[in-house]
Amino acid sequence: MTAITARPPAAEGARQAGIAVARLGKSFAIAGRTVEALRDVSLTVRPGEFVAIVGASGCGKSTLLRVILGLESADRGEVLVDGRPVRGPGLDRGIVFQDHRLLPWLTAEGNVMAALQSARMSRSARREAARAQLALVGLAGFADAYPAQLSGGMAQRVAIARALVARPRILLLDEPLGALDALTRLRLQDELRRLTRQEGMMAILVTHDVDEAVYLGDRVVVMHPSPGRVVATLPVTLGPARDRSAPGFIRLRDRVMQALQPDLLPAAAIL
Amino acid sequence: MSRGTARHDGIAGRAAIRPDPRAFALPGLALLGWWAAGRAGIADPHLLPSPGAVIRRAWAEIASGALPDAFAASLARDLAGFAIGATAGLAIGALLGLSRGAARLLGPGFLAWRQVALFAWVPLLALWFGSGETGKIAFIAVAALAPAAVNTWQGMAALPPAYGELARALGFRRRDTIRLIALPGALPAIATGLHTALIYAWLATIGAELFFNIAPGLAGRMNEGRETFQMDLLLVYLVVLGGTGIALNALAARLERLARRRIAPA
Repeated sequence: MTAITARPPAAEGARQAGIAVARLGKSFAIAGRTVEALRDVSLTVRPGEFVAIVGASGCGKSTLLRVILGLESADRGEVLVDGRPVRGPGLDRGIVFQDHRLLPWLTAEGNVMAALQSARMSRSARREAARAQLALVGLAGFADAYPAQLSGGMAQRVAIARALVARPRILLLDEPLGALDALTRLRLQDELRRLTRQEGMMAILVTHDVDEAVYLGDRVVVMHPSPGRVVATLPVTLGPARDRSAPGFIRLRDRVMQALQPDLLPAAAIL
Repeated sequence: MSRGTARHDGIAGRAAIRPDPRAFALPGLALLGWWAAGRAGIADPHLLPSPGAVIRRAWAEIASGALPDAFAASLARDLAGFAIGATAGLAIGALLGLSRGAARLLGPGFLAWRQVALFAWVPLLALWFGSGETGKIAFIAVAALAPAAVNTWQGMAALPPAYGELARALGFRRRDTIRLIALPGALPAIATGLHTALIYAWLATIGAELFFNIAPGLAGRMNEGRETFQMDLLLVYLVVLGGTGIALNALAARLERLARRRIAPA
């Protein structure tokens, strides 16, 4: 492979720990037309880091996440996790989809246990781990409930518990709160932050909610569509306790917004 | 726990419809007409014996043990054929539903095979398996196989692709996917398939007894009645056959509802 010589310095440096996405390229054929979903996308995530990716729909951010998860392979470039190339999904990476994607015929506990199916654990150990994980997302009393008996926010909590129960080092979040009402979304943002901090895991959040990206991310990556590419990476220097109405927060939000839509004036200028 | 909450889905809802009392008016009138025709001497008692004669004959059949024996023989044959056919159907359906390659390779052939009218199998199966018990059970099995296979296949193929993605993301092996996604996801369709298979098997049981060699059984006894021109005997067994079919269908509908509720309990 030519990737050995073509790999950018960023990927070289991440040989040890973390995620290194190196010059990914991917195209789809949709209705006879070729759509370039990703062009030359590079990204690194350091251990313990929370990276938020924002972009309009069709900018390839979900495709990027699916390639990192191993559900899809890239045409060019590669994804390295701790220096090893990703060949397919693995227990080191947990995913939360936008739709909770719980199996309707399994209880909350059964759904969480399903994520331990390929772990070398006894059934009772799996059950115990599932119950403990459900308690961690605030659903201690709902282990026996079926998805249809849960609210949207509760179902998404179960999905988060399912993604976390195998103790992955990396949590991949594909617009996980997009389908929830505003209040539930705010509450679950705090939960996500608490859970990822607690476990010291890496997280990649894909979202179209700029507020959410700035609130959760240690870094915000901005992508543009056709072709899907990274146009800006903004470090979030706000510290762990974030106040959505603090001037620093609003400034950063405006900068992200401007990177998303460069032809728009910043909100501060309109005011 | 509220897992037993009733749910209104199409099939369960339809099966639960209670008949209007007026629905009994037509059969009642027909019965009355039958009785009156015998009474007035319009009907030739050799061709249409009176209801009273049929009831007396039924009683005699029960008392002699002929009817219970025939019933047991038919039911045993029906269940044996159903068990073989439904099991094979489930296996074939699961293969077609789980493997896209198998569906592409074998699916069209299977669908074409299904177009062969059921009773066209009679001569072939009679030659292959003989006209005795083996041939009859083979015929019943063939009848039960098709609906079980088709419904299992379609039930599994209709599962959302998102579940397949989930299975990959969670690192499921094939058997995990079958146990946790394909089987429970397709269970409502499988239940419908088994329900239909049971009805087909019963129809095939009657057909087998009429078209293969005479053997003990409800329709076998009808054959005897036809050959000796005992119209009352024919009518007794006609009623028993219909009643058994209705009972089997009701039982299967109930089991199907139960399966659906177990799978989607909310």
